Order: sequence, then C-alpha cells, then structure tokens
Amino acid sequence: MPSARAAFRPNWTARLGLLALAVYAVWATTQLGITGERLATGLGEAGRFLARMWPPNFARWELLLEGLLESLQIAVLSTALGILLSLPLGLMAARNLSPAWLSAPTRGFVALCRSLHYVIVAILFVKAIGFGALAGVAALTVASMGFIAKLFAEAIEEISMKQVEAVRASGASAPAVLLYGVLPQVASRFVGFCLYQLDSNLRNSTLVGIVGAGGIGGTLFAAFKRFDYDFVAAILLSIIALIFLAEVISGRVRAALQ
Amino acid sequence: MTASILEITGLVKEYQPGKPVLRGIDLSIGAQGITAVIGPSGTGKSTLLRCINRLVEPTRGSIVMQGQDLARLRGSSLRAARRRIGMVFQEYNLVERLSVMENVLTGRLGYVPLWRAWLRKYPEADIARAFALLDAVGLPEHATRRADALSGGQRQRVGIARALMQSPALLLADEPTSSLDPKTAVEVMELMARLTGEAGVPVIVNIHNVELAKRFAVRIIGMTGGEVVFDGPPDAIENHHLRQIYGGEDWL
Repeated sequence: MPSARAAFRPNWTARLGLLALAVYAVWATTQLGITGERLATGLGEAGRFLARMWPPNFARWELLLEGLLESLQIAVLSTALGILLSLPLGLMAARNLSPAWLSAPTRGFVALCRSLHYVIVAILFVKAIGFGALAGVAALTVASMGFIAKLFAEAIEEISMKQVEAVRASGASAPAVLLYGVLPQVASRFVGFCLYQLDSNLRNSTLVGIVGAGGIGGTLFAAFKRFDYDFVAAILLSIIALIFLAEVISGRVRAALQ
Repeated sequence: MTASILEITGLVKEYQPGKPVLRGIDLSIGAQGITAVIGPSGTGKSTLLRCINRLVEPTRGSIVMQGQDLARLRGSSLRAARRRIGMVFQEYNLVERLSVMENVLTGRLGYVPLWRAWLRKYPEADIARAFALLDAVGLPEHATRRADALSGGQRQRVGIARALMQSPALLLADEPTSSLDPKTAVEVMELMARLTGEAGVPVIVNIHNVELAKRFAVRIIGMTGGEVVFDGPPDAIENHHLRQIYGGEDWL
C-alpha cells in the first residue's frame, strides 16, 4: 500500500512546460520544411563544399596577415576604450554608491549598449561614419561598455560597506574613499572582466568586417563570394589559431594575477 | 566640572519618523579617560557614536566639539571634523585587500592630498609614525601583509593604529571587543587604554561586557530604550542599576 504522505511535491508546472516545449519543437520542424530528404541533399552539398576547402591555400598570406592585424587592432583599441568608459559608468550605475537619479539613467544607458547585437551596431556605424576599421572600433567599444560597466556595477554593489564606512570615518574625501575603500575590493574582478572582454572582442572583431567595419571579416566575405573556398579555409584556420593563442595568453595572465 | 571635549544636547535620532532610537540624549564627555556606554542590543549605543562622527545623520539636537556643532557641518568642514575623531569598529572594518600599512595610512586620508594617497607617496613623517604605531600595537613585522591574512585580535590592533594615525582629539570605539575571545578582548582594551592614555585622547566606548567596562572606564553611562538611565563612576553601578538597564534579573 502506497504511503499517504507525499515525500515530494509533484511539479506540474515543470511537467506541463516540458510537454509544451516538445509539442512546439515538433510543430516548428514541420513549419520550416525540415524533412529527411532535405537533410540528405544538404549533407551531400556540405561534403562537396568541404572537399573544395582542402587543401587550404595560403598563397595570399599578405592579404590574410593584413586583415588579421587589423582585427587585432580593432579588438585591442575597442577593449581599451571600453574599459576607460566603463570605469565611470560602472561607478555611476552602482546603486549602493550613487543616488537613484544618477544610477537609474546610467543603468538604462548601459542596458541600451547591450541590447543590440554588435553586428547590428556595426551596420549602424558603417552607415553613419562610413566603411572601415573606425566603425568596427566604435561598434565593439559600445558592446564592451555594455558588458564591462554592467559587471563592474554589480561587483561594486557586492562590496562590504563596512570597509567603506571606516574609510569615510577617517575624514577622507569622496575620491579618496573610492581609491581606498571601493577600488581595492573590486580591482581583481575588474581586471578579470577586462581580460574576458578582450577575448570576446578578438572573436567579434573577426566578424564585423563582413558588414564592412574593417578587419579579416571583409577578406573572408570576399573569398566566400568568389568561391575561393581554399582561401576561406586558410582564413578560418588563421582565425582559430589567433583565438587559441589569445586564450592561452589571457589564461596565463589570469593565473599570474591570482 | 572638568573641561569637556564633547557637549551633546537634546540628541534625537529617528530612522523612521515618530520612532526615535535616541530620545533626547544630554551628555558632557570629559576631556580625559574612557567613558563606557553599556546597554542592551538595539538601544541606540551604536547610533549615538555614529551621530558624533555623522556616519548617521542626527534628527535633532546638537553635538558641540571644540566650539563646533558637529550636527550642522557639511562638506569639507565635516571631513575636517571627522579626521579629528578616530573610530574603532566591532568587525575591525579594515579594507581587506589592502596591506596593513595602507590600512594604517588610511588614517591620514583626511590630511594628505589625493595624488599622494594614490601614488602611496606619503610624507616621511607619516610613514615613520605608522611604523611607530605598528610597533606600539605589537605588529612590527606585519606592515606589508594583506589585512585579510591577520587574526581577529591582530586586525583590531591595526584598527586602533589606524584610528590613532588620525591624531584624533576623540576616539570612538563601537563594541571593539565583541568579536574577540575573552583573553584577546582584555588585551585589546588594555592596549587601547594605554595608547589613548599616553596620547591624552578621551575615548567613548560601547561595550557589552560590564566587567570590562568597570575595569577600564572612569565613567559608565547606562542606556536603555534610547535614554540614559545611569551615569556615574564604575564603582557606583549596582545590581539594581543593571536590572534597570538590561531588564530581568535571572542573568545576574
């Protein structure tokens, strides 16, 4: 005979939610015309495409290197600018340090920076200030601001106010309180956010070129359009190597900071 | 009546309107020795101390120190007054990511320009005094250690050095021994009494331990419900006073 007392409450909301998700997935598949036949032709095409990518063609290595270096410059510049702008934004957005009339609009602005995908922002900048690396730097700076300023503000909101209170009690001015009471508590996390953002800006800077905002992405897109699939493969391998290298370096820096 | 360092008159603090935590405190604090404030938790002892250096804004009343009403100060004159009032905290409140030396020098932030503080270019005299204070509190070898590497007793010693680094005219200590074990608590009180005695700095200390209060203070103020109900020398305090302050009697 089963026990009359339930040891666990049945979670009907979760069960119904999972069921609804399964039903929707099946319905969406039929809507998009995804059939076994379509999948089979698609995979055949993929095989031919991959075959044409091999072997990778590094003959135009100068063009490749130029694009990669431009991407690197876009990434480093936009990260540096983003960090500089994020410092004041993060302080202004932290609800435990700034009054509501300042923190609320700043949080709104930071959320706005994050709300559009960086490729869309890059398209907007290309339209506004023209083709080239400047548009890429501007787009990724906006994205960096949205990310670092938000995390920085959250880190500041978690600090111990007791330590801040003690520094205030010594008669320190507001900037001195920031310097001795606030920043020491968040500095190491802030450096972590910046390294992470540099990592992701490296990745992102390889893409903004596709919409004309400078870097290796433009070269990649041109190679695609000319069906130079062996050159495409060379570009992709180079990008992967660059990202791996960046991961290794930033991992080393992070470990050294611990 | 001897000279006083602090004249508190009609001090009221209401965190919520109509619910006063301090109900009109009148106190004159002498220019020498330790004044201990005892009373149950939540009776406004901490609020009283924090009204003096304005970490908490008083609702009404005046707090006159050296001819200045601290309750009316703003901006730079408030900061100038704060640097003359050292404070020691229950949980030490050291900036944990900074070194012991940086924490002690925090006591000079009200005096040195910002660029000096930022670049750690403190005047020679300040550095020398910080080392002297670290020697005096018994931590001569710890200047470059990070504050979070210290034990509770060591942290409170740094807290005392930081407060004295301000060259204060008055020291406030908010439950300085409540987070410490009984032996360390006595050592820290002894240290504070000795160093402030040598420097001639009067102290107001909130303290839970009545025995410690009797042992170190020249005057005891008993508070309950936001009011002063006892004020006198340590040997005048009797069980019926403690009953009035803390309520009940089974614990005596």
